[in-house]
Amino acid sequence: MFEKYNPINKLMFQVIDNDGKVIDKKLMPKVSDERVLKAYKDMLFARTADLQIVSYQRQGRIFTYPPNYGQEAISGATAVIIEEKDWLVPAFREMGAMLAKGVSLKELFLLFMGYEDGNAYKNANKVLPISVPIASQLLHASGIGYEIKYNKKNELVYAFVGDGGTSEGDFHEAVNFAGVWKVPVIFIIQNNQYGISTPTRMQTASESLAIKALAYGVKGIQVDGNDFFAMLKVLEESKKACEKGEGPILIEAVTYRKGAHTTSDDPTKYRTKEEEQEWDKKDPLKRLKQYLIDKKLWSEKEEEKIIEDFKKEVDRQFIEAENYPEYKAEDIFKYMYAEMPQELKDQEHRLKEFYRWKEERVSQTSKK
Amino acid sequence: MKIMNMVGAINDALDIKLKEDNNVVVFGEDVGVEGGVFRVTENLQKKYGADRVFDSPLAESGIVGTAIGMSIAGLRPVVEMQFCGFIYPAMNQIISHATRMRNRSRGKLETPMVIRMPYGGGINALEHHSESMEALFGHIPGLKVIAPSTPHDAKGMLISAIESNDTILYMEPKRIYRAIKQEVSEDKFTIELGKANVLTQGKDVTIVSFGAMIREVQKAMVMAKEQGISVELIDLRSIYPIDRETIRNSVRKTGRIITVTEGPKSFGLGAEISQIAIEEAFLSLEAPPARVSSYDVIVPLPKGEHHYMQDAYKILYEIEKIVKY
Repeated sequence: MFEKYNPINKLMFQVIDNDGKVIDKKLMPKVSDERVLKAYKDMLFARTADLQIVSYQRQGRIFTYPPNYGQEAISGATAVIIEEKDWLVPAFREMGAMLAKGVSLKELFLLFMGYEDGNAYKNANKVLPISVPIASQLLHASGIGYEIKYNKKNELVYAFVGDGGTSEGDFHEAVNFAGVWKVPVIFIIQNNQYGISTPTRMQTASESLAIKALAYGVKGIQVDGNDFFAMLKVLEESKKACEKGEGPILIEAVTYRKGAHTTSDDPTKYRTKEEEQEWDKKDPLKRLKQYLIDKKLWSEKEEEKIIEDFKKEVDRQFIEAENYPEYKAEDIFKYMYAEMPQELKDQEHRLKEFYRWKEERVSQTSKK
Repeated sequence: MKIMNMVGAINDALDIKLKEDNNVVVFGEDVGVEGGVFRVTENLQKKYGADRVFDSPLAESGIVGTAIGMSIAGLRPVVEMQFCGFIYPAMNQIISHATRMRNRSRGKLETPMVIRMPYGGGINALEHHSESMEALFGHIPGLKVIAPSTPHDAKGMLISAIESNDTILYMEPKRIYRAIKQEVSEDKFTIELGKANVLTQGKDVTIVSFGAMIREVQKAMVMAKEQGISVELIDLRSIYPIDRETIRNSVRKTGRIITVTEGPKSFGLGAEISQIAIEEAFLSLEAPPARVSSYDVIVPLPKGEHHYMQDAYKILYEIEKIVKY
């Protein structure tokens, strides 16, 4: 696969077309109907949650949020392949993959409501928190890859970045280090066509993002990121290659961010309706749904019903997050060092003294 | 006991930790085959193999960033920044991740790693090789910043740093890498981080300094003593956290304080320590805290560096002024 789809050949790997029809059966990944259906439902859950979060944000119930809308197949396929033993190094549009690793939706809500506790991932291991400085997380993936190789472990790292992130120096350093060290890291670029408002063609003069792999001496491939099966197949092959010591791998997953960059962004300023409609035809959920309906594994009726269930579940977790205990003063100090230095203890003490004073002062004022 | 200079003492600390803890790895630019441009890591690759002591690609952000990943996964990387002036590409990784991972994950992830970095002037070097920017680093929440002034401290502090679960910037005063030799125990020993060391007891004035400047202060003290001025010298050892208690006790006794640092004056370590003296010993002060620091200028190239650097006379000048205040 990596030979035929060497980015120099300018081919994009696809398995199904825009109508969910399989282009070439030989290209299908090894996955049961049952698993595909589950993956579809998980992607649908992510989309339902995503759309609902945007409306919560509009109601002022959650702060800035970056939607995954339109990019669900990339995380959806990762969710199928990633294992308990593997690491997930997300950027910030990988909800499906994070949920698959055991992060709860409630935790994601907590983060975007303003609690670091949302990053503590009570039931998920080997997941790094969302990384806000673009591409900086990729180096952590390369470092984790080194540890895996050093201790001869059978683990993989799935690391994400956007198209804009490929312009950052840390992208270059991360793929370069991983290439020199030959570590089992799968770098996945979600090329959703825009870095906020800046189109990919303004990020690079390269023919594709996948072709950058050649300069690092690593395997690279461009894949239709809105094609669940293509994405899964590429991940399967990447995993095999890494297991043979042929990592790292650089995957460019071509997709489209149907929503805004974040809830503070207005995409009408930089892209056209026509463009959006063109990409609607390639919507990852629409394509997979058609595939499932054609195979009689799914129906519109089932879909309507499950979306209602999902909405209730999303709301349940959201309300749980809304009722999360108050953020305590000591929690801003507690996690800075393994053991709190005296200086920080003093600072915490002063903050609490101030609160005691303020409480008294305010109550005196209100008595007057 | 063995006579060691600072280079040998640091090498010995790394050797001890590499030997006893398989999770310790040492990497950076030219630290493997060559043993580092200052030979601090000499022979370690030969002894422990190229998967434990190795040359990385030439990229500082890459070095610190990958060390973060390694440490999250369970290793204890000790990385080298070749010179202080080259650490800036790594600042994003230090400020945005290494010092935040524990807080961000509410204690679930830790980044136990040491960033070793030679710093300071007085070695006739090229541009970017002579800075002493401890204040920049001391201002980063989540980072510990330490600097030894003797081979003994260099060894004990580095072992403590490697064993700490925090991210630690270990600043090496390269000017005295080989200038001071002393007897250092060949056994493993640690020095508690965050504790200053009172090197000399005195009664007239407290001087707080660290790293290569300690030696300059000691020269000034000899001249001051001839005039009957008794100086108490505190080697800070830890820039963050600062040992407030040792400074307090000393200034309450002497009533005067001078800070001696290499970096630019404004917003510097001297200001921080002076403020501590004011907060902790206001009623004992007999003169305003004084600063011997450099100026808010770029470190000059070697021919102009003497204008910039602190020496015994610059320190003596302030000692004489403060006792006459």
